[in-house]
Amino acid sequence: MRRLARVGNDLYSGNRSFPIVARRRLWYAISVVLILLSLVGLVGRGLNFGIEFRGGTEMRVTGVSQLSEYETRATEAVQETAPEAATVTVTQVGDDGVRIQTGDLDPQVVEDARAALAEEFSVPVQDVTSSFVGPSWGQTITTKAIQALVVFLLLVTLVLAVYFSTWKMAVAALVALLHDVVFTVGLYALLGIEVSPASVIGFLTILGYSIYDTIVVFDKVRENTEYALESRTMSYAQAANLAVNQTLVRSVNTSVVALLPVGAILLFGITLIGPGTLLDLAAALFIGIAVGTYSSVFVATPLLVHLREGEPELRQLEQRVQKRGAQQPVPATVGGPATPQTEPAPPTEVAEDEAPATGGGPGSPSSEHPGGPGAGAATDRSVHPYAQRGPRNQPRRRRRRR
Amino acid sequence: MLRNPRNRGPLRVLLALGLLLVILFGGLGAAALWATPRASTTPLLGLDLAGGRQIVIEPVVPGNQSVSTEQVDQAIDIIRRRVDGLGVAEAEVSRLGDTNIVVAIPGNPTPEQLESLSRSSQLRFRPVLVAAPVSELPQAPDRTLPLPEGAELEEQQPTGDDGAEVTEPASDGAYPQGLRAGAQPTEGPEDDGGQDGQQGQEDQEGQDDQQQGDEGTGPQTEPSSPSDLAWITPELQQQFMETDCTDPQVAREAAQADPDLPVVACSVGGLEKYLLGPSELTGGNVSDAESGLEMGQGGPTGRIEVRLSLDDEGREAFREITARLLQYGTNSAQNRFAIVLDGEVISAPGVNSVIANGNASIAGGFTQESAETLANQLKFGALPMSFDVQTSEQVSPTLGGEQLRLGIIAGAIGLLLVFGYSVLQYRALGLVTVASLSVAAITVYGAVTLLGWAANYRLTMAGVTGLIVAIGITADSFIVYFERVRDEVRAGRPLRYAVDTGWQRARRTILISDAVNLIAAGVLYWLSESGVRAFAFALGLTTVVDLIVVFLFTHPVVSILTTTRFFGEGHRWSGMDPESLGAKRSTYLGRGQFRAPEERRPRHTREELEGGVV
Repeated sequence: MRRLARVGNDLYSGNRSFPIVARRRLWYAISVVLILLSLVGLVGRGLNFGIEFRGGTEMRVTGVSQLSEYETRATEAVQETAPEAATVTVTQVGDDGVRIQTGDLDPQVVEDARAALAEEFSVPVQDVTSSFVGPSWGQTITTKAIQALVVFLLLVTLVLAVYFSTWKMAVAALVALLHDVVFTVGLYALLGIEVSPASVIGFLTILGYSIYDTIVVFDKVRENTEYALESRTMSYAQAANLAVNQTLVRSVNTSVVALLPVGAILLFGITLIGPGTLLDLAAALFIGIAVGTYSSVFVATPLLVHLREGEPELRQLEQRVQKRGAQQPVPATVGGPATPQTEPAPPTEVAEDEAPATGGGPGSPSSEHPGGPGAGAATDRSVHPYAQRGPRNQPRRRRRRR
Repeated sequence: MLRNPRNRGPLRVLLALGLLLVILFGGLGAAALWATPRASTTPLLGLDLAGGRQIVIEPVVPGNQSVSTEQVDQAIDIIRRRVDGLGVAEAEVSRLGDTNIVVAIPGNPTPEQLESLSRSSQLRFRPVLVAAPVSELPQAPDRTLPLPEGAELEEQQPTGDDGAEVTEPASDGAYPQGLRAGAQPTEGPEDDGGQDGQQGQEDQEGQDDQQQGDEGTGPQTEPSSPSDLAWITPELQQQFMETDCTDPQVAREAAQADPDLPVVACSVGGLEKYLLGPSELTGGNVSDAESGLEMGQGGPTGRIEVRLSLDDEGREAFREITARLLQYGTNSAQNRFAIVLDGEVISAPGVNSVIANGNASIAGGFTQESAETLANQLKFGALPMSFDVQTSEQVSPTLGGEQLRLGIIAGAIGLLLVFGYSVLQYRALGLVTVASLSVAAITVYGAVTLLGWAANYRLTMAGVTGLIVAIGITADSFIVYFERVRDEVRAGRPLRYAVDTGWQRARRTILISDAVNLIAAGVLYWLSESGVRAFAFALGLTTVVDLIVVFLFTHPVVSILTTTRFFGEGHRWSGMDPESLGAKRSTYLGRGQFRAPEERRPRHTREELEGGVV
């Protein structure tokens, strides 16, 4: 943990930085592969909707005298004769009835299952009735939910566009969101996990989590890039990259905290509980939260930089930063690439301690923003305490010193 | 610690939180002790966790028509909406076989709820031709009326002043209140007026009776409009006279009557009987209905009204109806139109203005409850179908008890892991996380339990899982906060100031992300149905709790802790130790910039270290 804290320090100061924005082609490629895979699952296999969506067969046993363990007994009896019935829901109805719901079964299989149930519960076969039960999660619910979703996405786009004062952040956040949901749903299709109303709730939760996570990261990006624009010490890409790195510890901590309880349920579900609502939900959430964290860092932010890079103002900023980079051959940061181009940066795999690289500044001028401390170290002039105080943001003073 | 003036603000905030919790649990306790029905001290559980009642309903259409598939689908939708109308409980509504509908409602619904589910919804608007109070006191308790608002209204004498405060659409005297003391239907007007002096209705009743007398024996002509008294045949007259409103058969016959012919019907509660003209509008034309406080020119008038909106077709028809009915004068029975549901008149308001925009309001003599009931009946009364309950049985939970037990164990283990992790990560501050999560858990527990009582909110497995995920989102607020504070410490600020500035920045992030969550919850809640709705409710609830806990608990507690020596001086185990955070007591240079300490420099002044006095 100490080490993680140190990594956090280094990430914060920019001593150590992952080239997340610079390597964006790699992340895009990974995401595209993931999405393609999901689409293959969705189109090729399709989603396996549960009885709540498609309806299915319901069997009722009446006049049961021995009700102990009715759940397992009924499940086993049905699954022996009808192995294709993946989920069997067994409930007790009234005092002496057992209700068994499964997916749609062939009439012949239903007859067999009826016989098996009659034998299991020692009642005559006539006392086991079967009928088709319609979907309880109807078309209206689905349509309404989708409508609500669209309204929600529009509203969120609007709110984010206003809050971040650029629509591009909203777009990037939405792309990340869709990425997460498509991937999770696709995985469901690929693995053939049954989709129940509970899983739909799970998908919605992922949606909420994903957008939440992205906003937290973007808020930091906004803060850093605003500063970069003001002080003109960093290109947009560099500032965004630093922001992602600075929130990386937060992202990791948050996802660990969110995943721990879900993971515990998932583990229990796989080993002890067996298939059912709990496992379905936990699986959806586990995948979704993991992907959500990934996408907010590796998809949303690079995409945002990609979208905004073309803006004239930002291009100008980049040129300025580049020019200054040329004047000071060894910049005092590894926060971004040495020559801040948007394309791959040689020194930044996981940069080593940058102390030797700095132009003779004492110690390591661990700096959030490149140009500033570099300049400060170069002049090596002590600054009057008065000048060190004052407003937090003092771009003027630096300009004067130069 | 308590003496420190720095702590006054935070302590006050903590006090506010304490107050909030006291109110929450005090309310819960009060509800559990004195309210009817008693509140439970544990959250209500949903269908999959606690089982419920399963009802098999068969839709019946008038006559001998068979029910089509579309009609059953429509019936399912209607019933689902009715179930949703009972509260935010998740229920399962599905089709069984070809025509039956299975409804599974969590818990043990009251007979009233069950009956309101299976009520037929043949909502029609018919003009009143003749109205008469029922001669003898109806034996109200004989019939277990699902919606006994008639009886309730009886006690709540309406003020009855017609539409003086109502701005646009208004109709008054919706119910035949105060008429139990009324005279025999065939008697003259003086009787009514003499006995029942406080209402605008008596005269009207008297006039009705007179008219009835005239018309009943009058010559028969072809009726020119649905309000034309020529509809009344001697047989009908006879039937009207003989109708006994205590007989449930009346409603059944009225429900099955031909909509194009006049009919005799009784009001709900059997206090008044009517001779009604042919149906002019059906429930299908009602697009929405809601109850609320009536708004006069100077704000709420204190009366409760039911607002009714009609669709395009209904608007036109309603304009014609109101224009025609208005001609009869407010004292005439023919001025009123009856809203008939399942053969019973649920409301028979008079008309005091032409309503051309399709938005009518019915006011007068409602209690909150009766207004809500009427609004719901209007809203969901679109389906011309009645329902036969075939079976009604208690069912066991669909999710086995074993599964639930293991799930809870797993969740608890997960929570312990979260506690462990945050203590590892944030040392002593991790304990603040633990405490905050505990406060959040207590608040959610209280809120869910209270809402179970107040709004019939029930926890299902999906809801529980949502709450478990909420652990992550709630804890994230603390993580964002702590990380921001750490950032400030790394930037060289002393902890006390780092907490202040870090909080200012973290607050922004927390607010926007929670705002988006609230939007999600709100939109999903208002625009969707059933399970999704319950989910949205849980999401909104946990988000609000998250905000409450971060603002009213975590931040004040951290602020107070920074004034202690342990945290303020950055003890190794405080989680805010500047040294391990890489801040080497460096010079602060302004926004996030600082330089490393230079050996030759003299010790900084305190002011300097603190980066300027905040």
